[in-house]
Amino acid sequence: MAILTRADGTPDWRRRTPRADLLVWSGWFAAIALAVACFQFISERTIWDFVWDAPAQGADLVSRMFPPRWSYANQLWKPLWDTINIATIGTGLAVLIGVPLAFLAAHNTTPSLLLVRAPVLFIIVASRSINSLIWALILVIILGPGMLAGILAIALRSVGFIAKLLYEAIEEIDATQVEAVSATGASRAQVLGWAVVPQVMPAFAGITVFRWDINIREATVLGLVGAGGIGMQMQASINVLAWPQVTMIFILILGTVLVSEWLSARVRHGII
Amino acid sequence: MLLRIQGLSKRYPTGDVALTAVDLEVPAGQVMALIGPSGAGKSTLIRCVNRLVEPTSGTVQLDGVEITSLGTTALRRARRRMGMIFQEYALVERLTVMENVLSGRLGYVGFWSSWFRRFPNADIEEAFRLLDRVGLAHMADKRADTLSGGQRQRVGIVRALMQDPQLLLVDEPTASLDPKTSRQIMRLIVELCGERGLAAIINIHDVALAQQFAKRIVGLRAGRIVFDDQAEALGGGQLTVIYGEEDWSQTIGRAEEEAEATGTLA
Repeated sequence: MAILTRADGTPDWRRRTPRADLLVWSGWFAAIALAVACFQFISERTIWDFVWDAPAQGADLVSRMFPPRWSYANQLWKPLWDTINIATIGTGLAVLIGVPLAFLAAHNTTPSLLLVRAPVLFIIVASRSINSLIWALILVIILGPGMLAGILAIALRSVGFIAKLLYEAIEEIDATQVEAVSATGASRAQVLGWAVVPQVMPAFAGITVFRWDINIREATVLGLVGAGGIGMQMQASINVLAWPQVTMIFILILGTVLVSEWLSARVRHGII
Repeated sequence: MLLRIQGLSKRYPTGDVALTAVDLEVPAGQVMALIGPSGAGKSTLIRCVNRLVEPTSGTVQLDGVEITSLGTTALRRARRRMGMIFQEYALVERLTVMENVLSGRLGYVGFWSSWFRRFPNADIEEAFRLLDRVGLAHMADKRADTLSGGQRQRVGIVRALMQDPQLLLVDEPTASLDPKTSRQIMRLIVELCGERGLAAIINIHDVALAQQFAKRIVGLRAGRIVFDDQAEALGGGQLTVIYGEEDWSQTIGRAEEEAEATGTLA
């Protein structure tokens, strides 16, 4: 914000000083120049014949994918059920671990900023920085292939997600309600249970179903690295170029995600 | 003497000095209004009494118990005897009226009974009795955020009374309410204090309300007590000392007229 002086001495107001204006415009110019340069760089390393060929290739693949092999669905219900279980149990485990971590990490509930909050924040960042597919890859090596690796992979990734969003919600609660409950002579634990928990319940429910919703999607690909679920069938079908089966799997995944989306929307709507 | 404050000072970490060597005594059963401009330290003073704010120096004694040196558990015990009522009601919005009222008993029940909402029958009977007293028995199962401002403040009052306190600390009880509701709430607080023999420190902006409902008025300016006398003794000169230069004739006059008007109506 710039207050300038006109030639006749009266004050003038503009959003920015002329200097700041120049800086902003040269910033835009530099950004566009960079984008053009990047495009040139990418273009030089692209085999454009393949790209021009892409519509034909895509159409060919789609024609081989249709019609879906509907009968294959009979072999998919079990892995699909596994997938949903991996997501649900994984989310449940993550809630069990993530909720206490959130209370330990939030500024206003942590027992100690230095001794507790700092290490807990590190755990949260570590959990969040590794994708569940990578967790699954590591866990399959340690635990061997199967659902357990999938469940733990989902849980390990979700702990950080749930703890981070929840501790942010805890830090945003209304402090006077906490003050009021403390003033009655309530203990620390009672203040948590009566003033903090009720205030973060909607956030908690929203975060949990949102993560469950994401986990359903993530669990569908965990099978690619052998961690159980419908992804294993997808991997197998792609390996033998059985495209109609892949289409069938896509349809089931799409249906499941739609249902989970609807369910989580319902839960979020119901709790607020 | 129920409450004895001696040499109470508070300096916030930011360097702001909120209170400077405040001495104040409140006998049992006395309703006292604490007036003063914004930032004079009224809120800080009552929060130092139950140590929601830690005083920098000085002592606070409630019924002979030295509050300022208490450990966590003993402080909980002491807080049970001091009910607090807040400006923005400070009810836990997502809990029901009954839960908010019963939260006044948290100092008396263990964690697990409070977690599972198992309160002694006597507490629940008392809660219904008090809700009925303030005219909210039919709202017991409503969520606190569905109530109007005046109703919420009544719930706040009941929550404080559930503690079975000797002293009420009341922080701007009417600042968020309309003039009519403000008077009803003030009258209710004063009546309940009379019924139960409670002392009260009521922080209040509205000088007319303070004069109408409190016997004793204490004026705070920049963290020091500059007036402490009967409500009738408060005049334009004293208000100038407390708040600074202004034409106070209307304020004082209005208070007297209102007192008369409500007197005839009642």
